[in-house]
Amino acid sequence: LASVRSSVTGAQAMDKLTPYQDVTSYNNFYEFGTDKSDPAENAGTLKARPWTLSIEGEVGKPLKLGLDDLLKVAPMEERIYRMRCVEGWSMVIPWVGYSLAALIAKAEPTSRAKYVEFISLADPKQMPGVRSAVLDWPYVEGLRIDEAMHPLTLMAFGLYGEVLPNQNGAPLRLVVPWKYGFKNAKSIVKIRLVEKEPASSWVKANRSEYGFYSNVNPKVDHPRWSQATERRIGEGGFFAPRKATLMFNGYEAQVGQLYAGMDLKKNF
Amino acid sequence: MTTAAIQPSWLNQVLLKPWAKPLLWALCALPAVALFIGAATDQLGANPAEKLIRESGEWALRFLWLTLAVSPLRDVASLPGLLRHRRALGVTVFAYALLHFLAYAWLDKGLVVDDIVKDVFKRNFILVGMLALLLLTPLALTSFNAAIRRLGGRNWQRLHKLVYAIALLGLLHFYWKKAAKNDLGEVAVYAAILAVLLGWRVMRKGGVLGMLRVR
Repeated sequence: LASVRSSVTGAQAMDKLTPYQDVTSYNNFYEFGTDKSDPAENAGTLKARPWTLSIEGEVGKPLKLGLDDLLKVAPMEERIYRMRCVEGWSMVIPWVGYSLAALIAKAEPTSRAKYVEFISLADPKQMPGVRSAVLDWPYVEGLRIDEAMHPLTLMAFGLYGEVLPNQNGAPLRLVVPWKYGFKNAKSIVKIRLVEKEPASSWVKANRSEYGFYSNVNPKVDHPRWSQATERRIGEGGFFAPRKATLMFNGYEAQVGQLYAGMDLKKNF
Repeated sequence: MTTAAIQPSWLNQVLLKPWAKPLLWALCALPAVALFIGAATDQLGANPAEKLIRESGEWALRFLWLTLAVSPLRDVASLPGLLRHRRALGVTVFAYALLHFLAYAWLDKGLVVDDIVKDVFKRNFILVGMLALLLLTPLALTSFNAAIRRLGGRNWQRLHKLVYAIALLGLLHFYWKKAAKNDLGEVAVYAAILAVLLGWRVMRKGGVLGMLRVR
């Protein structure tokens, strides 16, 4: 998947890359099972081509785009992002894609479009995990429109210069580097622009533990995990000390102003 | 049930052999050996520390369930020879629980006592796990013959009824951990097995109080 180095501010993390093997074998993708190794083992049944994404809701121009058209919406860029999982581990991944803003702009959102809802594929024939009641399928995530239009918010089609492996959310997934990893909806089939805050799958599953924003924040603990530190996957071996987690996962300079004046303890 | 007891099964014969004990110890150590080899050869996946912590905890639960299965199996499958191996299984539970705690304290908390103490009081599921380990400790420490003699059989049995509380705390610890990600399939299996193991006792001894009574 050919790409150029992204010039978006913050899109070239200087951290050491997490090995490809780890990025593609340690995944949370419940549609293929709840163990980290399940997606790599089970996602072979996902048919990432042909693929259609529809963009609808509060838009002037509803769209249905095939994968070949999606790949041509904007020039592909390589972006190196830190990814912090809510479970306390992190990776550094070279993604390939373009700003989500470019895609959304094509559908011409109306003034009533205050939020963006992302809906993942939920096909029991391709995804054995959606038969379980772990979550309310399909997987739904959401962003505020300004978060979605931020240049760092990435529509990813590849990693390490290749098209996305199925277990990483082929053929297209969201990457919002300053939020916990579960916000990054995978294998997206529908994007809806909406007026009200969408109910995401994790908020529906457990409202007291998962908030709509889910910004990486070392000062606001998850009830079951401290969020002050993280374990960087593939770095320093068994006894490597945990790293301090950074506010907004280290993207505060780029995105802090989106939350000016907000109580981040309440809006967690 | 006496007919089966008159003709002891081959399995029961095996359980009574002198080499059955070392063989059982070796089997009990197997998961730990596999984990240590995996750790030494970097075969524990992308997040080896997390895997070691998780697996040692799950093995502690599995061996605890096995320990609790001794009495029902002894009666149902008429294997009286099982009983002489129960203490080894119980000590194994403690060994895995201790490994689980040490792996957490070292790999997750960097052996910083202050952080561990804070964690215990901040996160319920850690508190519950710690409580289970705490209750398990006196049982492990009284698992040799001299301790039984010193305590006296009745007191020893009374003390070891704590195992039921430990099992419930262990299950709650596991549930709370897994509930964070709504991943309750495995927990349901453990809960169902425990329900059978405890239910069998309640039925046989005529109620919960009967189960807790020492005769």
